[in-house]
Amino acid sequence: MMAAFSVARSSCGLINGLRVSFRSLAPVKHGAVAAAALQTSLLPDCRRYSVGHLSVKERIDMKRKAALVGGGQKRIDAQHKRGKLTARERVELLLDPESFVESDMFVEHRCSDFGMEQDRNKFPGDSVVTGRGRINGRLVYVFSQDFTVFGGSLSGAHAQKICKIMDQAMTVGAPVIGLNDSGGARIQEGVESLAGYADIFLRNVLASGVVPQISLIMGPCAGGAVYSPALTDFTFMVKDTSYLFITGPDVVKSVTNEDVTQEELGGAKTHTTVSGVAHHAFENDVDALLNMREFFNFLPLSNQDPSPIRACHDPSDRLVTSLDTIVPFETTKAYDMLDIIHAIVDERDFFEIMPSYAKNIVVGFARMNGRTVGIVGNQPKVASGCLDINSSVKGARFVRFCDAFNIPIITFVDVPGFLPGTAQEYGGIIRHGAKLLYAFAEATVPKITIITRKAYGGAYDVMSSKHLRGDVNYAWPSAEVAVMGAKGAVQIIFRGKENQAEAEAEYVEKFANPFPAAVRGFVDDIIEPATTRKKICRDLEVLASKKQVNPWKKHANIPL
Amino acid sequence: MLTESRLLDLLLHHSIVYAAFQSRCCTLHCKTQYSTIYNPDEKVIKTCQKMGIKSVAVHSDVDASAVHVKMADEAVCVGPAPTSKSYLNMDAIMDAIRSTGAQAVHPGYGFLSENKEFAKRLAAEGVTFIGPDTHAIMAMGDKIESKLIAKAAKVNTIPGFDGVVETADDAVKIAQQIGYPVMIKASAGGGGKGMRIAWNDEETREGFRFSSQEAASSFGDDRLLIEKYIDNPRHIEIQVLADKHGNALWLNERECSIQRRNQKVVEEAPSTFLDSVTRRAMGEQAVQLAKAVQYSSAGTVEFLVDSKKNFYFLEMNTRLQVEHPITECITGLDLVEQMIRVAKGYKLLHKQEDIPINGWAIESRVYAEDPYKSFGLPSIGRLSQYQEPLNLSNVRVDSGIQEGSDISIYYDPMISKLVTYGATRAEALSKMEDALDNYVIRGVTHNIPLLREIITHPRFISGDISTNFLPEVYPDGFKGHQLEVGNRRELLASAAALYITAQLRSQKVLECTHWELCAELGEGLYSMEVTKSGNVYIVEVDGGKVEVSGQWNLASTLLPLTINGTDRMLQCLSRDASGQIVLQYLGTSFKVRVLSKLAAELNSYMPEKVAEDTSSILRSPMPGSVVAVSVKPGDTVAEGQEICVIEAMKMQNSLTAAKQAKVKKVHCKPGETVGEGDLLVELE
Repeated sequence: MMAAFSVARSSCGLINGLRVSFRSLAPVKHGAVAAAALQTSLLPDCRRYSVGHLSVKERIDMKRKAALVGGGQKRIDAQHKRGKLTARERVELLLDPESFVESDMFVEHRCSDFGMEQDRNKFPGDSVVTGRGRINGRLVYVFSQDFTVFGGSLSGAHAQKICKIMDQAMTVGAPVIGLNDSGGARIQEGVESLAGYADIFLRNVLASGVVPQISLIMGPCAGGAVYSPALTDFTFMVKDTSYLFITGPDVVKSVTNEDVTQEELGGAKTHTTVSGVAHHAFENDVDALLNMREFFNFLPLSNQDPSPIRACHDPSDRLVTSLDTIVPFETTKAYDMLDIIHAIVDERDFFEIMPSYAKNIVVGFARMNGRTVGIVGNQPKVASGCLDINSSVKGARFVRFCDAFNIPIITFVDVPGFLPGTAQEYGGIIRHGAKLLYAFAEATVPKITIITRKAYGGAYDVMSSKHLRGDVNYAWPSAEVAVMGAKGAVQIIFRGKENQAEAEAEYVEKFANPFPAAVRGFVDDIIEPATTRKKICRDLEVLASKKQVNPWKKHANIPL
Repeated sequence: MLTESRLLDLLLHHSIVYAAFQSRCCTLHCKTQYSTIYNPDEKVIKTCQKMGIKSVAVHSDVDASAVHVKMADEAVCVGPAPTSKSYLNMDAIMDAIRSTGAQAVHPGYGFLSENKEFAKRLAAEGVTFIGPDTHAIMAMGDKIESKLIAKAAKVNTIPGFDGVVETADDAVKIAQQIGYPVMIKASAGGGGKGMRIAWNDEETREGFRFSSQEAASSFGDDRLLIEKYIDNPRHIEIQVLADKHGNALWLNERECSIQRRNQKVVEEAPSTFLDSVTRRAMGEQAVQLAKAVQYSSAGTVEFLVDSKKNFYFLEMNTRLQVEHPITECITGLDLVEQMIRVAKGYKLLHKQEDIPINGWAIESRVYAEDPYKSFGLPSIGRLSQYQEPLNLSNVRVDSGIQEGSDISIYYDPMISKLVTYGATRAEALSKMEDALDNYVIRGVTHNIPLLREIITHPRFISGDISTNFLPEVYPDGFKGHQLEVGNRRELLASAAALYITAQLRSQKVLECTHWELCAELGEGLYSMEVTKSGNVYIVEVDGGKVEVSGQWNLASTLLPLTINGTDRMLQCLSRDASGQIVLQYLGTSFKVRVLSKLAAELNSYMPEKVAEDTSSILRSPMPGSVVAVSVKPGDTVAEGQEICVIEAMKMQNSLTAAKQAKVKKVHCKPGETVGEGDLLVELE
């Protein structure tokens, strides 16, 4: 935070310098009439400056003005008509007022084929707006693709601009947020455009685990372009106006003869519920950008930063009496893990990641006594909270993000095991389940685990158990740590024995409680549910200074 | 004194089983209708504790962690959730009594409290029933017999004539004897069918003509019923208390006119309407009736009172009523304690002249229901947050729930009885306002918006009420508090201040003291200018200036603010990243969306999302179980035709088609449990 602060101060002069131009043009951006008038006089001017009638100063002003209206008022109006904001409006709303410092406003594309070299086909800044700014005072780098300029298509120059801010973000250690709204590659540029994509991909990969990278898909994003969001840490979408797919409906029709709409193929609903490509979807641009600001508050700026702390009004020693009755007496009865999470975290404020995908596991960010934590919980309400392919992958990716960025992980366990069946086995539950196991095992951030009820079989081991270096492992009195449920166990242990019911009762008496784990020290304590918040907050204080290092390696080899 | 004895109580939900002198005393709390959610038992157990009696709670399996179960000394599970298998399961309850050795049973307010069979079985086992004798329960349990007894005891009953009326002149004669207005209808016609009201001879003749025709043609039975019509009736009841030695007292009245679907919502004691003469007359008649049936224990005699203060006997309830606390407030008596004393055979301690009216008490019934749907359709859920306004003085809350309780579809949805007391009515009412504003209930929809509107309505404040109050005051249904300009400004200013508080907390570097904001409230769009100086926000909005200050705790559910110098208790129900703030203000929850000026400007480009066409889909308006599905795919239904029936909290609700259409798909089966908003049937 101190680092961020000093950066803010040192760049003050620059901010002020830019502010002037920004302000003087403010009315143009939203006033349709003014902007339209400007454009008619502006574009001929644009052509004329090269002839040399104007002074350099005038030419600078001209270019700046031209850059601010992107593809022109007509296209801006069309963008608005689609229910979308322009690239600049998005940046302005995402960042703190007057904090945006733009770079490469004068960059133009370098294509000279197909008439692209003509002045009317040159737009200062090309089809992307890039720069840095602040969200609630914290530094962030942003690029925002401008659909009004060549449909936001990616030229060599466009890619170069993005790469530049990504490199800077890496140098100073600040997150990158990409606002995607692009028709794809700039076909006129051919391989240069493809090279541009690859340059971005490489940076996405190199930045992975160094600074948080967030993609917000606010329009089309198709073809090779989709791999940049896919490489970033989080992909968010806007409902009804954003699409992500490798090939569009027309190509799909010609290749596989499937009839599918854009929305069905790659809309927000598809990717947040079926494919698991996107992590959240928002109602519209404004909603999405405001939520991005909120989401950003949870994240550290880089892997060198500790998990951020915000002033907390919620007492850290608050007793949560409602938890004493939340786990039903019948072990087969469901309850909502979100009730537990909401009740325990600060102010019931929980930012859930992938709320509509693999709902048998819940992951997301919250705060404990002001400090950001990652929460992972089995969801007994959906498929009994079992682990399957999708939930394992969802959980693993989240755990790895937290570990990469020093965010402590709190795990709530109520898991009956891995989901059996051919669909799962053929789908590779073994290697996918291993991802979650791997992620928890390699994580060196503070890990606190609460077993609320079932912790059966291999799934018990997986869910941040003591054996995987859990720092603090608690059990509620309702916890049952066992190889399997009573019925199944008895059928194996007492195969053929007459009195199964009695054997079952004996098994329940022995294993359907927290003692077998507690006497072995596999759980550190059996706690009253009401005290869970208090204990977690206290433990996190202690674990703030946790230092743990994995053996040196070039990189680990997670079972992909 | 009982303190020395080892007392054991069995509590079903409410009912004390209580034994006499020697060793064991037992309380059986019979679960009332209100159980799970609303437990009178708590009160009974408290009184038992006070008297040194041990109590046993009986409960169904879903209530295992209910408050009354925790409070009681012992608890016995009598079966699964459905009441017929638990709280109405006499065998299980008798077993519970035997196994715990309970010696007396307090039956609570519902379930078996007025069940003569239960009383008989207890008597057979030598267990004391804390309530009146069986014969009194039987006599008062039958509507016709109770009226005859009342008439014989010289209690006013609704005058009327039931039989063959030959001519219109005869009808007029009868009507004149009864006194106008009168109601004329066919004897055989049920409910309000074919009912006509006549205010004079002319109308009587007309009514006679229509009704006798209808009686003959529709029912083949030409008997007519001519009865006194009670205009603007009030429901006022007298609490009586009698012992086994022939003594009886009247403990003043309770005004229970505010009702919806014949269920009481707000009660008060005393009534604004009764003068001391009427009160005494009603009280004396109630006592006459109690004596006529050798009543012992506490009971309630219900009267209808017309606008001229004529009162007529309606029925007698032979149990402790939900609204008894307000009588306790103004008389200072503990009715449960008196019931136990009487059951034990003691004489009454008090004389009629000892019974005072001290101050004023109001009771609001807080229900888990949505008041915007026919003044209250049940809602269910888990009480994620629950905080009773017990920090206030002169507030009493009788409830059987706690934070984390589940409100299930199995029982009546009462959350609590909220009672406030004051030296005057105005004081009690203002206390009630505070109490409702301070009452935190999250996780289920509740009727606090309606309660607060009722108690602040000018007609209610002036005492101008009747049993038709709700439909008269809200002819188009309850719509929540309607904001006037001043209140709207206060609400918007509070939301803006809360928004900025949250924004400021997230800021790491920038400090700001002036903001331009925009707020959406309902259809309206308001621009606001906010200045902060110290802890005070000055908000210019809607042509006015509002000063808001308070303890800005963003984690707290309660938001105590000072708005333009007035203390107001608001509640923040939710707050999200997109600027949506839901505030409970003056009892009603309002959605305000606060945006920066820029965000609001840009938001105008955002398209309205098209809502789902709801005329072709039928969703469950409440959680419950499907009782019947009357259609199958392919059927053509007419507009208004019944499609299926959902039962929730013992109420059957018929769901009908919104348009004429063919049934496309049926998504539910009888016996299934459905949640609110679940898709039931699709039409084409």
